[in-house]
Amino acid sequence: MSFLSRLKPRGGVHPEGRKASSADTAIRAMPLQQRLYVPLQQHIGAPAKPVVRVGEKVLAGQLIGAGQGNISAPVHAPTSGWVTAIGDHPAPHPSGLPAATVIIEPDGEGRWIEADVPADPFALAPDDIAARVGAAGVVGLGGAAFPSMVKLDASRKSGVDTLIINGGECEPYLTCDDRIMRERAAEIVSGIRLMQRAVGAANALVGIEDNKPEALAAMRAAAAATGVEIRAVPAMYPMGWEKQMIQVLLGREVPAESRSADIGVLVHNVATAWAVQQAICLGRPLVSRIVTVSGGAVAQPANLEVPLGTPVQALYDACGGFNARPARLVLGGPMMGHQLTHTSVPVVKGTSGVLALTQSEIGLTQPAPCIRCSSCVRACPVGLLPLEMAARIRTDDLAAAVALGLKDCIGCGSCSYVCPSSIPLVHYFNYAKGELMAQARGKLKQEATKKLAAERSARMERIAREREEAAAARKAAKEAREAAAKEAAARAATTEATA
Amino acid sequence: MIVPLISLTVLGVVLGLILGLAARFFKVEGNPLVEELEALLPGSQCGQCGYPGCTGAAQALADGSAPVTLCPPGGRAVVAALAAKLGVEADLSGVKDAVPSIADVREELCIGCTRCYKVCPTDAILGAAKHIHAVFKEACTACGSCVEVCPTEAILLRPIPPTLQSWGWLKPDVQPRAANEGVLAA
Repeated sequence: MSFLSRLKPRGGVHPEGRKASSADTAIRAMPLQQRLYVPLQQHIGAPAKPVVRVGEKVLAGQLIGAGQGNISAPVHAPTSGWVTAIGDHPAPHPSGLPAATVIIEPDGEGRWIEADVPADPFALAPDDIAARVGAAGVVGLGGAAFPSMVKLDASRKSGVDTLIINGGECEPYLTCDDRIMRERAAEIVSGIRLMQRAVGAANALVGIEDNKPEALAAMRAAAAATGVEIRAVPAMYPMGWEKQMIQVLLGREVPAESRSADIGVLVHNVATAWAVQQAICLGRPLVSRIVTVSGGAVAQPANLEVPLGTPVQALYDACGGFNARPARLVLGGPMMGHQLTHTSVPVVKGTSGVLALTQSEIGLTQPAPCIRCSSCVRACPVGLLPLEMAARIRTDDLAAAVALGLKDCIGCGSCSYVCPSSIPLVHYFNYAKGELMAQARGKLKQEATKKLAAERSARMERIAREREEAAAARKAAKEAREAAAKEAAARAATTEATA
Repeated sequence: MIVPLISLTVLGVVLGLILGLAARFFKVEGNPLVEELEALLPGSQCGQCGYPGCTGAAQALADGSAPVTLCPPGGRAVVAALAAKLGVEADLSGVKDAVPSIADVREELCIGCTRCYKVCPTDAILGAAKHIHAVFKEACTACGSCVEVCPTEAILLRPIPPTLQSWGWLKPDVQPRAANEGVLAA
């Protein structure tokens, strides 16, 4: 144990958990809806390309969108039925803009495609495991939705010594990981061992916050004699941030602007481990996930196993609707999630929770000037100066904000949470990050158009030159003709004279 | 009659010769600063600054005869870059970033006159005589040259609609309470 690991993790806040309302009821299967809206992009990277036609009959688990490019993931039909349309539908995104979506009308039979199940999953070659995980469309289910195969492949190539499974679930209200660990611990442990084999990691560690004793007990029982170590970590926010988890479990700090793989660690979520087990041992692609439906306005908070593409409204309805006026509907957790623009948006691979919060839970107050109390500095888990960065961004000095470490900000919301002046700090940082990306895109476009303008002026010059040359050639030809005519005339005159 | 003709011709030839020789022997290399400034400008030669293309604008900037805020399509980023290069303080308050736009041909008004694509500095318009023209949105810099020459006002600059990839959070609209609000006047 190094000295660092005994230090308290940096920053962090202790928001009220509010998990009890949904943590104690078993996962229920979500009833099938009349229509499923399956977006072709449910992951980070390039959107999938549709491979089905309107009117086509599909089976559960059938490929409907093929991944394209290096970072992408395929999309599968959540149930059997017909493809009724491929078009735009509001995306589960803070903008509420539409995204390409495959709309499936279930036939109610739920027939699966024939699965390719290996005789002994643990005898598969490491790259075969990663390939099967990729083909099943598994992405990080903790919320980031990064394609898991890309992480497994990169980690196998660069070599990692430790696989960490993140059971932190530090966001208030959310209990989907807690429930999956309590109910499906054996499957999760199989998934962990498969991933461990896929990347060749010597150790596998599961970090679970100590506010989930039942999950810890279930996982310890399932992991006995498998070499997978289960460890309790202190409950605080953002313990589920992978770099925080690594520091607490291993005492290693991931340097600024680098990834956990750079220090030989790979981190996956517990629900991802379950999805990996389903993909390899049962040959089932990722077509459903556990979603927490909670918040003060929800009549019966619960965890539902939801087919991807189910509209959010149906989740509220399945939990008894609202018993109080919701002041805000949130997709994801209350700290990092975003406001729902529309309840027709579908559940996707990265949807961990759907909340309906009452006015007393959100407690809006008007922002006031910064009093430089530096609460945000103490709360920042990355060690940044949120008040200074926000002041720079307010005056549009983005370069200064970047110099203060804006790119290392994880947008966890701890600073906004503790700010006594209710300054929307994370909103400033999200704005600045988007603005920097827009500037980078603008620069790329400017370079491209500059090249086009240079090519055009070169072409115009060439055309003018060619025209001049052609004119000169014509003139020369004319002169030659005239000279020849004159000569001929002169010759004719002389012959006439001699004759 | 013949004397002034000859004398003027000789004068012209001699002066021309002197000028030609002077151009060769007293040649001044281009100001390197001009090239550096030109590299910072958008390079679409749109002429919105009032100078003939970006080279002319860079020349004027180097001479100090033009302010660093001269380039409308460049926005704040270009102003900041030019100010840093020239070592001057830039007043960014008056500079607005233009909403990212592109030219849009209204098909019901386009008569296929081909005037627009002849003036497009980045070859962003595709068309042929008596055919409706179209704009490549990746190549269009919204310089507005085509808008000016269109005889039927069929071309407008329209803001680019945001997509899931390009969308970003707006700047928080925070009006903090005035610092002295609620403080009794002494």
